[in-house]
Amino acid sequence: MSEPGTPALGAYVRGIGVLGAGLPDWPSSVPVLRGEQPYVAAPTEVPPPSALPPAERRRTGAMVRLALAAGLQAVADAGADAAQLATVFASSGGDGAICDEICSALASPGRQISPIRFHNSVHNAASGYWSIALRATAPSTALCAYDGSFAAGLLEALSQIAATGEPALLIAYETDYPEPLRAKRPLPAPFATALLLTPTAPAGHATQLTAELVRETPDALPIPALETLRAAVPSARSLPLLLRIAQGDSGRVVLDYLEDLQLAVTVTPCP
Amino acid sequence: MRPLEITHFTATSALGRGLQATLEALRTRRGALMPCTFETATLETYVGQVADLESVRLPAPLARYDCRNHRLALLALEQDDFLAAVSRCAARRGAGRIGVLLGTSTSGMLETELAYRARGPDGALPARFDYAATHNTFALAEFVRRALQLTGPALVISTACSSSAKVFGAAARMLAAGLIDAAVVGGVDTLCLTTLYGFQALQLTAAGPCRPFDVARNGISIGEAGAFALLEPLSGACGPGTVALTGVGESSDAHHMSSPHPEGLGARLAMRQALEAASLTPTQIDYINLHGTGTPSNDSAEARAVAALFGDSVPVSSTKGATGHTLGAAGALEAVICALALRHGLLPGGLNTTQVDASLGLAYCTANRAQPLRRVLSNSFGFGGSNCSLVLERLAPEPAHE
Repeated sequence: MSEPGTPALGAYVRGIGVLGAGLPDWPSSVPVLRGEQPYVAAPTEVPPPSALPPAERRRTGAMVRLALAAGLQAVADAGADAAQLATVFASSGGDGAICDEICSALASPGRQISPIRFHNSVHNAASGYWSIALRATAPSTALCAYDGSFAAGLLEALSQIAATGEPALLIAYETDYPEPLRAKRPLPAPFATALLLTPTAPAGHATQLTAELVRETPDALPIPALETLRAAVPSARSLPLLLRIAQGDSGRVVLDYLEDLQLAVTVTPCP
Repeated sequence: MRPLEITHFTATSALGRGLQATLEALRTRRGALMPCTFETATLETYVGQVADLESVRLPAPLARYDCRNHRLALLALEQDDFLAAVSRCAARRGAGRIGVLLGTSTSGMLETELAYRARGPDGALPARFDYAATHNTFALAEFVRRALQLTGPALVISTACSSSAKVFGAAARMLAAGLIDAAVVGGVDTLCLTTLYGFQALQLTAAGPCRPFDVARNGISIGEAGAFALLEPLSGACGPGTVALTGVGESSDAHHMSSPHPEGLGARLAMRQALEAASLTPTQIDYINLHGTGTPSNDSAEARAVAALFGDSVPVSSTKGATGHTLGAAGALEAVICALALRHGLLPGGLNTTQVDASLGLAYCTANRAQPLRRVLSNSFGFGGSNCSLVLERLAPEPAHE
């Protein structure tokens, strides 16, 4: 077998979004990831999706709002035009609250499902609302690789960039599930990461990423509370990569992907 | 894009198990939609249900994956020597060099629906319910990857009804990037109460069998299917039945979650990109397998998009009158139907449509035509305004004569 040893895929990080307990955005997450400030797991405040028309805004659930907010952070960080961006939405599952509502309704005598809940239950709900909010007609995908969804999304985003030569916005996100699903899928809290990736180096400081498939042990985080978060929420499996970017030095991180396959990312700051 | 040979393919739907049954049903115009008697559903609608899934047994090491969706996945993989073809490919290329990229919309959701009915007095779901191995969106790819003993990259794309068309694009990109040397792509979606009652709530299901492009079309018939294809770089030795994926186009409507853009804006973008990727002009397409769900607004939007790009002369049809709308499996199922159409020179006319809606302005075929086809386009559009079009081509000059 010739793997690992696949050619590396690369891109440049032009914008970053982070949204989770104690990590409300990228600028305030940098000192926490560097260990310069203590990590305090404050509840996640997700802003309403102001980019959506009011009627559509009212229809969005927590998961869509989380994904849109993280993506908009990355777009703002980069000063990019979201309408032109291809997007990759990576999530380890759908909206648990909606799933609970639908399954509860189906288990009741009347079986009345809300039509809006139904169309919001699709795995690509955030992708759909994003394209409506940003008037983005570019390709958008929504994928899942369970606990390895962030790495799967990064692979897809990098493959897209290699194929098209165009930037891509990766948004990885999860919300927690209500009981009784929570007992089966105990995601403790919402979390989202967004990376705006470009094929060429943007002006000014940038970070280059090159990725390859490997069979190695995924990296853990040195800060115990953040390591707990990383282990518990699939989109937080991005944190070793974000930590390396926050540190601003070169290095290689191994990210969780599949049980027997991982994604190694080499991080190189460009002056 | 660099063309990819579809070296093996298979499909199992309400039309039957495997390619021979599917082709025979298309040739004899035998539809498979029946009044819905699925599970405990009490709905006035028709469905395209796969027979005898209840009797499919998963191998013991994969027992935790047992659910309707994975039973259909296994049943589909067992047809047309697909398992053996993947084994040979793995022996040649390495199990770690083959990707598994699949589409589904509801995965094993039915298990969760049943588990909610079996909640204990404390409200807890039963111990036997395995979320990760059944309900989770990725469970399908994990199950298939294990069943095929592959160790390469894997993902599930879940963009509603475009899911298993988009996996062809993702696989093409992974191949181009050198991450893999071959890919198992496909889609599996099975009946569940969420989609049956959900589409009913949206008033999108027809009471009778769906009638795409009919003046009296009034909704979809939900179906279920498992369809798989093995994609490899062109070998150079094209036989008479060699079929290749030569174009993929993807776009977003940016309009509404469950209604298409009325002018079919996103659909047009996806079709145009697929043609550009295949370096083809619209006049070079011999047949379009429409998304053609049978709802008034979907068919109207798609017709406008097709007419804007292709005019009114290219033959088109929807095969959903035969199979039902298999949702996340529709892209792969209809890609397989297109491959059969190319290989056997069969342009499948749509079923159930008695009076074509002339206002849609397309050459909608309601009868089969036996004619050599060289290049075909397949459309798949989904909730969230997710659009994907595929171009498939027969590479050898003459079709196989049987």
